[in-house]
Amino acid sequence: MGRAKTSFRRLEGVSAPENLRINLRVEAVTIARGGVTLFAPASFTLAPGAFAALTGPNGAGKTSLLRAIAGLLRPEAGTIAFGEAPETRLHLLGHRDGLKSSLSVRAHALYWAGLLGGTAEAAEAALARVGLARIADLPARALSQGQARRLALTRLLSAPRQLWLLDEPAAALDASGKALVAALIGEHRAGGGMVVAALHEPLGETPSQTIELERAP
Amino acid sequence: MSPLGAVFRRELTLAWRAGPAAPLGFFLGVTVLVPLAMGPERVLLAQAGAPLIWIAAALAALMTLERLFQADLEDGSLDQLFLADASLTAIAAAKGAALWIVVGLPLALAGAPAVVMLGASPSAIPGIVAGLLLANAAFIGAGLAAAAVTAGVKRAGVLIALLALPFFAPPVLFGAADGGAFGPAFLMLAACAAAACALGPLAAAAALRAQVE
Repeated sequence: MGRAKTSFRRLEGVSAPENLRINLRVEAVTIARGGVTLFAPASFTLAPGAFAALTGPNGAGKTSLLRAIAGLLRPEAGTIAFGEAPETRLHLLGHRDGLKSSLSVRAHALYWAGLLGGTAEAAEAALARVGLARIADLPARALSQGQARRLALTRLLSAPRQLWLLDEPAAALDASGKALVAALIGEHRAGGGMVVAALHEPLGETPSQTIELERAP
Repeated sequence: MSPLGAVFRRELTLAWRAGPAAPLGFFLGVTVLVPLAMGPERVLLAQAGAPLIWIAAALAALMTLERLFQADLEDGSLDQLFLADASLTAIAAAKGAALWIVVGLPLALAGAPAVVMLGASPSAIPGIVAGLLLANAAFIGAGLAAAAVTAGVKRAGVLIALLALPFFAPPVLFGAADGGAFGPAFLMLAACAAAACALGPLAAAAALRAQVE
């Protein structure tokens, strides 16, 4: 019950649980794909409440950097460090939404809540928040691209994690979907959360810092 | 719900939707065709039949492996497994356990009619069904690792067979050795199953780490 309450507080963007407070420090990180270094060494730090926009042309390595921060990819050089908390205390919203066509919308939300350490109550509340509660029993194959993305967004809400790594979070979303992403980021920051988002066009929420990836020399 | 419980439930549903019918149909199909191919020689059939059950079971188990991790890699759900509050090894084991329940269990039970169709003595049924339960655990344990190694390969079916079949050899060998009796070979079969269930998920997790890079 205690955890459910925490999640609802997160939904309203009041405060993040104290034990989740971490910082992110990225120092002179470079990433190589297929033997080619993607970008010049990138360095930045994130404090609680920060929202970093990650920009750069196609192929600049935005997705790779996000995956490296998530621990899925080993950087070629440099350090990625998180205050004291373990690195799994983060969410990654990638290009692919991770949906199984035969499972229902609700089954996905409940699965992620279980997998990522959230609660069923938070998953249901998240479905309502992203506007999918009405079609929660539809199989995922019936969803449009925008609806699939909205479903993926429920991950952010159903399990409280301080760092959100978002890869083009507004892709495929309509105007109200974009506003929803901006609002979620705003609430997350207000609660002490941190966000790094790869962006091609600005969202409604103004970033506190911009990280421009430059081509490797 | 715990992370492992969530994975286990989801995999049960997915495996059930994908259907145990294909491997089961394959297994029973082989055991129907063999007596037809061998003709009216009942003595020959009784000798060759029981070992054939193990080969059919190994090939049927192989059929279920190709999409096990490949689908997760393609649709992006593999990434989320890395971010879970549980070790990847335990998650791989949970996937294997779900597959064993949906496919391994019915395959082992189908061993009973197979024994009869292949003309072996019905007294061998308990030993062969119990042996198939263990052998399927061994097949799935080894198969997890093979499926993880080939997750990024298109049309990986043949490659999985090449990788996994050497590890299928010991359970087939020990399974067929006793001819349905609970002898020393049965214990060796149990040892194979235990080893595959312990090492398979470990190897699968290591291979998956390389896959997401």
